Amino acid sequence: MTRILIRHEAILGILFAVALFVMAAQSDRFLTTANLLNQARLMTEVGLIAIPMTFVIVTGGIDLSVGSILGLCAILVGVFWQNAGLPLPAAIGLSLLAGTAAGFANGLIITRFRVPPLIATLATLALYRGLAEGISQARSVRGYPEWFAVLGRGEFLGIPTQLWLFALVALAGIFLLRFTAFGRTTYAIGNSEAAAEFSGLPVERTKLLIYTASGFVSALAAIVFVSRVSTTRSDMGNGIELEVITAVVLGGTSIFGGRGMVIGTLIGLCLMQILQNGLSLSGVRGDGTTVVIGAVLIVAVLISNILGRFSND
Amino acid sequence: MSRRSFHAVSSLGQEILLVVVILALFAFVGAVNPRFVSENNLTSIFVGNAYIAVAAIGMSLVIVSGNIDVSIGALIGVLAVISGLLVTSGYPIWVAWLAPLLIGSAINALVGCLIAFARVPSIIATLAMLSILSGGLITFTGGRWISGLPAGYQLAQFRLLGVPSPVWFMVGMTIVAALLMRYTAFGRSVYAVGSNPEAARASGISPSSVVVRVFAIHGAIAGVAAVLFATQLQVIQSTTPVGLELVIITASVVGGVSILGGVGTVVGSTLAAILFAAIGSSLIFLNVSAYWLRAVQGVLILATVLADMARRRRTG
Repeated sequence: MTRILIRHEAILGILFAVALFVMAAQSDRFLTTANLLNQARLMTEVGLIAIPMTFVIVTGGIDLSVGSILGLCAILVGVFWQNAGLPLPAAIGLSLLAGTAAGFANGLIITRFRVPPLIATLATLALYRGLAEGISQARSVRGYPEWFAVLGRGEFLGIPTQLWLFALVALAGIFLLRFTAFGRTTYAIGNSEAAAEFSGLPVERTKLLIYTASGFVSALAAIVFVSRVSTTRSDMGNGIELEVITAVVLGGTSIFGGRGMVIGTLIGLCLMQILQNGLSLSGVRGDGTTVVIGAVLIVAVLISNILGRFSND
Repeated sequence: MSRRSFHAVSSLGQEILLVVVILALFAFVGAVNPRFVSENNLTSIFVGNAYIAVAAIGMSLVIVSGNIDVSIGALIGVLAVISGLLVTSGYPIWVAWLAPLLIGSAINALVGCLIAFARVPSIIATLAMLSILSGGLITFTGGRWISGLPAGYQLAQFRLLGVPSPVWFMVGMTIVAALLMRYTAFGRSVYAVGSNPEAARASGISPSSVVVRVFAIHGAIAGVAAVLFATQLQVIQSTTPVGLELVIITASVVGGVSILGGVGTVVGSTLAAILFAAIGSSLIFLNVSAYWLRAVQGVLILATVLADMARRRRTG
C-alpha cells in the first residue's frame, strides 16, 4: 500500500514539475516571487479547508457543507460587528464558535443519527446557506477597519500573513494524521468502520471531532476571506466544496476512504492553483477554469481507481 | 407481511401525509390571505414549478437505484439554452423540443457509464459534471439571455381543456413513471439494485446496466423539464438556476425516497415538489422574506432524513 501511495505522489510530483516548467515557458510573469506568493495567497481559503477535508475523506466520509459554513460565518462576522455593535475581535471569536458548532452539528447528525455524510452535509449545505441568506437579507457589509486587512492582504516577514496560518494548520494536519493514535484511528475507520469499532477504537468520537474541526477551519477560512476582500456577502464560498474535494482527491486520497496523506493534498492544491493561474494568464476566464477543474476531478478519480485495481492484483 | 408490501404501505403513508400537509397549508395561508388560493396564484404555483416536479421523477429513480445526481440543475440550464439556440437559429420547433431529451439522455448515459463501469462514485461524477456544465454554459453564452423566440415555441404556455400543459406533463409523467416502477421488470430491478446490488447480481440482474439505463432515462426526463423551463417566458436565462439541484433532490427525499436507496415512489416526490412550490409562494403571501426559503428547505430535508433514519432503525 505504501508503494502505491509513493507512486501516486511521485506521479503528482512529476506532473507538478511539468506544469511549473510549461507555465514558466509560456509566460515570464509566472515564475516571479510576486506572482507565486500572490497565488499562494489566493489558494489559502481552499487550502485551509482541504486539510480537515483530507481527514473526512480518509474516514470514507465527505463534507459538502464547508462552503455554506464559510458563507454563514462570513455573514456572522459582519452581523455581530456592524448590526450588534460588538468589537471586531469578539465578532470574529463568535463567528469561529458558530462555525465550530455548525461542524459539530454535522458530526452529531452523522454519528448519532447514522445519516450518511453525503446526505447529512447536503442537507446542512442548504440549511447553512439558507441561514446566511436569511440573516443577511442579501445585504453586504463593508468598511472593515484597516488593521483587519493585515490577515488577508498584509505580510509578515515578507510572506502573506495567511500563509503562516495555513502552514500552521497544514503542519498540525500532517502531525495528527501521521504520528498520533488519532490519525491511526482515522485510517482504521476508513478501511473498515466495523472492524475499527470491534477493536475498541473511539470511532464516534473521532468522526465527531473531525467534522467539528472541518467546521472550525471553514470558519477560519471565512475570516481570511472577509479580511482579503474586506466585504461580506451571503454567497461567499459558494461551490468551494468542489475545489476542496478536487484538491484532496487529486492529492491521492481515496474517495472510498482508508488511504491518503496531507502532503498529497498540498501537492494537489498547488497543481490546481498552477492550472488556474496558467489558464488565466493565457486568457481563459474564471468560468472556463471551472470546466477544467471538473474534468481534472474525473480524471484524478479514474487514475486513482486504475492504480487501486492494480494494487489489488 | 413481506418487505416489499411493507415498503408500499409505508410510502403510501408518506403520500397521504404530504396530501394532508399540502391541504392544511392551502387552508391556513388561504385563511390569512385569500388571494393565495385565487385561481391566478394556484395556476402560477403549478405552471412555474411543474418542471421541478418533472425533474424530481428522474431524480427519484436515480436515488432509488442507490445513486445521487447533483448536476441536474446545471443540466437543465444547459438543455434549456440548447433548445433556445436551436429554435432561434431556424430549426423547426419540434426539433428544439425533442433535442434536449436526446442530448440530456446521452450526457447522463455517459455519466452512468462513469459510475457503473469506471467505478467513480455518483457524487464525484455528478459534482464534476456540475462544474463542467455550469462553467461551460457561462463561458459559452457569456450570460446573455436568449430572446426572439418564435411564436408557437412556448410549450409551457399552452392549455388543454383549460389546464396548463405543464400540469398535464407533471401528472402524466408521474403516472407513467409510477406504473413503470411498480409493474415492470425494469422498475423492480431498480429497487433491487438500490437495496442490495450483490443480491441483485446474484438473481441475474446486471447492476451496471440498470444504473446506466436509470441515468439515461433521468437525462431524458431532465430534457422535458428543460423544455418546460425554457418555454415558460418569452426569454431564456442562460445561467443555471442557483440551487435547483437541491430543490429537486429535496423533493425526492421529502417525497419518501430513501436516501439509502431501494425505497420510494415518484408520486411522493411530485407531491413534495408541489408542497415546496406552495411553501415558496406562501412565504410571499405571509410577508416573510423570500431569502428564508432555502433555510426552510434545509430544515425540511434534514427533518425528513432524520425521520427516515429513525423509521429504518425501528423496522430494522
